[in-house]
Amino acid sequence: MDLLQMQNIGKNYSGNQVLKGVSLNIKEGEIHGLVGENGAGKSTLMNILFGMPVIHSTGGFEGEMIFDGKAYSPKTPTEAMEMGIGMVHQEFMLIPGFTITENIKLNRENTKPTALSKVLGPKLEKLDLPKMREDAKNALNKLNMTIDEYLPVAGLPVGYMQFIEIAREIDKSNLKLLILDEPTAVLTESEAAQFLEVIKNLSKMGIAILFITHRLDEIKQITDSITVLRDGTLVKSVATADINIIEMARLMVGREISSTVSEKKEFDDNAPPFLELQDLYVNMPGEKVRGVNLKIQKGEILGLGGLAGQGKIGIANGIMGLYPTKGSILKDGKEMPLNNPREMLNNSVAFLSEDRKGVGLLLDEPIDFNIAFTSIEVQEQFINKVGPLKIVNNSKIKSHARDMISELDIRCTGPDQYTRFLSGGNQQKVCIARALTLNPEILLVSEPTRGIDIGAKKLVLDTLVKLNKELNMTIIITSSELAELRQVSDRIAIISEGKVHAILPPDASDEAFGLAMAGEDLDGVVK
Amino acid sequence: MDLKKIYEKIGFPRLIIASFLIVLLITAAILNIPLSGIWQDIFTRFGMNAILVLAMVPSIQSGIGINFNLPLGVIFGLIGALVSIELGLSGLSSFLVALAVAVPLAIVAGYLYGLMLNKVKGQEMTVGNYVGFSVVSFMCIFWLVAPFRSPELTWAMGGTGLRVTLSMESSMGGLLDNFLAFRIGATKIPTGLLLTFAILATIVWIFSKSKKGTAMRVAGSSEAFATSNGVNVDKQRLLGIVLSTVLAAIGIIVYSQSFGFLQLYNAPLYVALPAAASILIGGASLKKAKILHVIIGTFLFQGLLVVALPVINIISEGSMAEIIRIIISNGIILYALTRKAGDAA
Repeated sequence: MDLLQMQNIGKNYSGNQVLKGVSLNIKEGEIHGLVGENGAGKSTLMNILFGMPVIHSTGGFEGEMIFDGKAYSPKTPTEAMEMGIGMVHQEFMLIPGFTITENIKLNRENTKPTALSKVLGPKLEKLDLPKMREDAKNALNKLNMTIDEYLPVAGLPVGYMQFIEIAREIDKSNLKLLILDEPTAVLTESEAAQFLEVIKNLSKMGIAILFITHRLDEIKQITDSITVLRDGTLVKSVATADINIIEMARLMVGREISSTVSEKKEFDDNAPPFLELQDLYVNMPGEKVRGVNLKIQKGEILGLGGLAGQGKIGIANGIMGLYPTKGSILKDGKEMPLNNPREMLNNSVAFLSEDRKGVGLLLDEPIDFNIAFTSIEVQEQFINKVGPLKIVNNSKIKSHARDMISELDIRCTGPDQYTRFLSGGNQQKVCIARALTLNPEILLVSEPTRGIDIGAKKLVLDTLVKLNKELNMTIIITSSELAELRQVSDRIAIISEGKVHAILPPDASDEAFGLAMAGEDLDGVVK
Repeated sequence: MDLKKIYEKIGFPRLIIASFLIVLLITAAILNIPLSGIWQDIFTRFGMNAILVLAMVPSIQSGIGINFNLPLGVIFGLIGALVSIELGLSGLSSFLVALAVAVPLAIVAGYLYGLMLNKVKGQEMTVGNYVGFSVVSFMCIFWLVAPFRSPELTWAMGGTGLRVTLSMESSMGGLLDNFLAFRIGATKIPTGLLLTFAILATIVWIFSKSKKGTAMRVAGSSEAFATSNGVNVDKQRLLGIVLSTVLAAIGIIVYSQSFGFLQLYNAPLYVALPAAASILIGGASLKKAKILHVIIGTFLFQGLLVVALPVINIISEGSMAEIIRIIISNGIILYALTRKAGDAA
């Protein structure tokens, strides 16, 4: 019998359909894998299943769910937990200053009545610490964990925290279904192996597991059946035995990565570089750059790739001067001032931030103002001089915004609309429009397609290529999606541990890229 | 435009207060309270207070939020007025001298205060409140030892130390109120007073449309965005707080000449809250403020006080009007602080 049936689940966020007609069935005690690219709708589906408030504050969802034979539609996570569903989130939800026991038993503490509680109610009962410790110990034992349950959580290795989160879930006596959202992402290899063992044990104890991950080999290794999502729709539900990893990857991506990449330009390596980074250090939290040397030719599109946290994001932010930077940046042989965004803008370098909503846009200002602001500030465009006063020319801004809206196909109600109400792709287009207005010689683009749909992705990338071709703009594009770097770049620098690990042509083999991203030695890989 | 859109445009608090004001006006008419006097009071009090409310605009736009340290500017405005009385000036020259003394002092004080605020980003409103209290208390000592000698200013006995309330009758009292004043029926319109506000409001408005003002507004809306676009955020915040302090200094001089008295010692403490309440009633949020918000807010807030006073005094006992004023002004501030974003109006 199926423990959980989700039928025809659909969800839209303010008109943007992120899930459509998705069905998912999980049997008792099985391990079910859920795979899909970023933005395929996995998280949304889990949020619906776990009754996260974000679903109901944005208008609920379509479709039906049956859990354990009963109709099921949780409004809050508490309701989901009462039904016997547990979830381990990608971000840890532990209180650092509390002990492991306290974290495991949080809000479900064992208590003993006291004189006070008899008068004033059960909220004032005393904690039964020995019982709590025993329960915690039991839960940890089930996970083959040999850690002292009285230690505080702060300072434990991240792998342990993951196990504590799971211990908390399995300590709940009614647990029937455990959702694991990217649980192995933070684990080391040996921890991950131990973790997968534990998952198997849990499944033998009769707990169904819904396992979400990017790591296809793990899915193949431990799951009984698999559901593949792509762009918010169900692609396939299949028993694991009937599918191999390559097939899985193909279903997940769903399109051949176009081999017809845009024509690559040849550059003379001996020509003086247009932009040169020498021993660049950038102290950007989580994306530290530790001594990057790069030469970029005029009119080139350079891709910066690599795994998250290796420092690729830090490079553009460092060049722009948004985080403390050391080293030197030479543009056309001229030394650029460091840590000074204004000077970089004056020197015709523009930046599209990876943090679109935080750095890239003014969410509570209209589109036209967002497009024009940098040019007003830096180049004094759109300004009428009235005596000593420089008055911003609103009608010029508006008409310029109209041109941009039609040129880039920004879907909006007009230049007056606040950027907060645009979808991710259209917000990105507004950012690009701002850079276009500035007409820089060098454009730094970070994660241009993060969180935007495929149609908009194509348009964004095409626009970048067009700018490069028509205006001979030099572009440095940073992206976590290797496929898109390979589509647009002339060369791709792979960043690992804060340094340039390799510079590859976009048509280098998958293995070469894979090895470079993993920081492996490249001897014999690059021809 | 359907009703719902109109409702959203006006906003809930303004709708409530405007309807309350209308009910009071009707009640006043029923109770035979002369409406001409009420209108005259509304116009005068609007003119008196609007500049102080206007002082909130640059501070909100530059990202500091409500300038609860309005007393800082007010104190230098008072010093300006005191100097002009000490010099025995009268009429327009006394007004201009007061401004000439007050404005440079306010610029310096605002700049220093701004330097401090740049060190406490995110806490400006709390810090501003306490700086306001400290400055006012410190000035209580200053008023006692200040080297003013004019018998109009000092205590009658002893001859040193400034009085709590000083008449401006011999200097600039009513100067702006009477400038070009005319009557509609029994209602006297204080043209000069309203004109002064109009001039200052226009300056602030033009500034906000200029390149400098735009940069200031951007610095106030998003620090990260501003920095990445080459705007020096700290400098913009300094500019905002200096403008706000200067407007407060001018505002209190205009207020006092209309009121007819200078109020020293603890009086400057009571300036910030009504001004904050007014701009928030007008539809501003902690992040966005426009001249329109100043006009609507001051009109509603002062209108309410002017009409409520006689009406409620007739209907009920004692000082109900004052109590209601305090409930409304603090209630509105509380309401605004609990809202995250302002309205789109």
